[in-house]
Amino acid sequence: MEQLISYFQMGGHGSFIWTSYGMVFLVLALLWLQSRRFVRNSQTELDGLAVDRPHYQTSKKNET
Amino acid sequence: MILHKYANPARFLKLANAIQPWAAAATIGLLLAGLYFALLSSPGDYQQGETVRIMYVHVPAAWMAMFCYTAMAAAAAIGLIWKHPVAELAARATAPIGACFTFLALFTGSLWGKPMWGTWWVWDARLTSVLILFFLYLGYMALSNAFDDPARGSKASSILALVGFVNVPIIKFSVDWWNTLHQPASVIKIDGPAIHSSMLIPLILMAFAFKAFYIWVMLMRIRGEINEGKIRALRLRQVHAGPPSRTNAPEKATEGTS
Repeated sequence: MEQLISYFQMGGHGSFIWTSYGMVFLVLALLWLQSRRFVRNSQTELDGLAVDRPHYQTSKKNET
Repeated sequence: MILHKYANPARFLKLANAIQPWAAAATIGLLLAGLYFALLSSPGDYQQGETVRIMYVHVPAAWMAMFCYTAMAAAAAIGLIWKHPVAELAARATAPIGACFTFLALFTGSLWGKPMWGTWWVWDARLTSVLILFFLYLGYMALSNAFDDPARGSKASSILALVGFVNVPIIKFSVDWWNTLHQPASVIKIDGPAIHSSMLIPLILMAFAFKAFYIWVMLMRIRGEINEGKIRALRLRQVHAGPPSRTNAPEKATEGTS
């Protein structure tokens, strides 16, 4: 347990190190989520508009 | 020419569909391996102690900040010169990713600077030029969305991206040209990296993880931009065709009179 606490303290600089890693993952996760929402929303809108124009539709299975 | 081949969005999407799952898998795999080496396996620095671990996210983020701007400026140039539609979309898709990496380079650099330099921020050449890079990304995004006509927005923002590219070599060589608190390059050097392999491995793994993430998210955003273009085209067609009741009205009237 003490080893674990000492690991997370990182020689007294834990707050700087973990805040850095935390912010990196927060920003990258938010960017990924926003990008996925951007694609999904545009896909839904396009499919709604393109019901009478099948060549404008793109398959939903293409989304990742 | 391969560039012209992928000017067709449908053909480009086919390629993107093939690449995207690999980019996603590479991001996750490289990130897990990079984090293992960065946080568990690699040693602390003899001078900086454990804070050296910030390097494994700070340096790859800073590399990506410059790489994304270079990619954005190149795509903007291709879009301007050859009117390549997918290149313009690639530049638009790259901007928010580059802005995020630049923000992360500044943020993690500040958190590394406080325990090592005793300050969160100094107005020296390296830090200031990276801050300008961040504002260039924001300016590009604001300008590309500032016009009702997306083609005009794209043209104006592409010119800004090209003019702003002058900042990239300034960032790279700022540590050599001016006195700065920031250390000079220690990985990409003519006489080889001045960094031990136990620290170089996590650095390289994290750098490739960020690059794979960029490819993954950029392809995703280009798909969204292509969809947005199709939506605009469909809306324009609807406007030109007029509402259904109006278009049917003359026919009904003529039917009634005949």
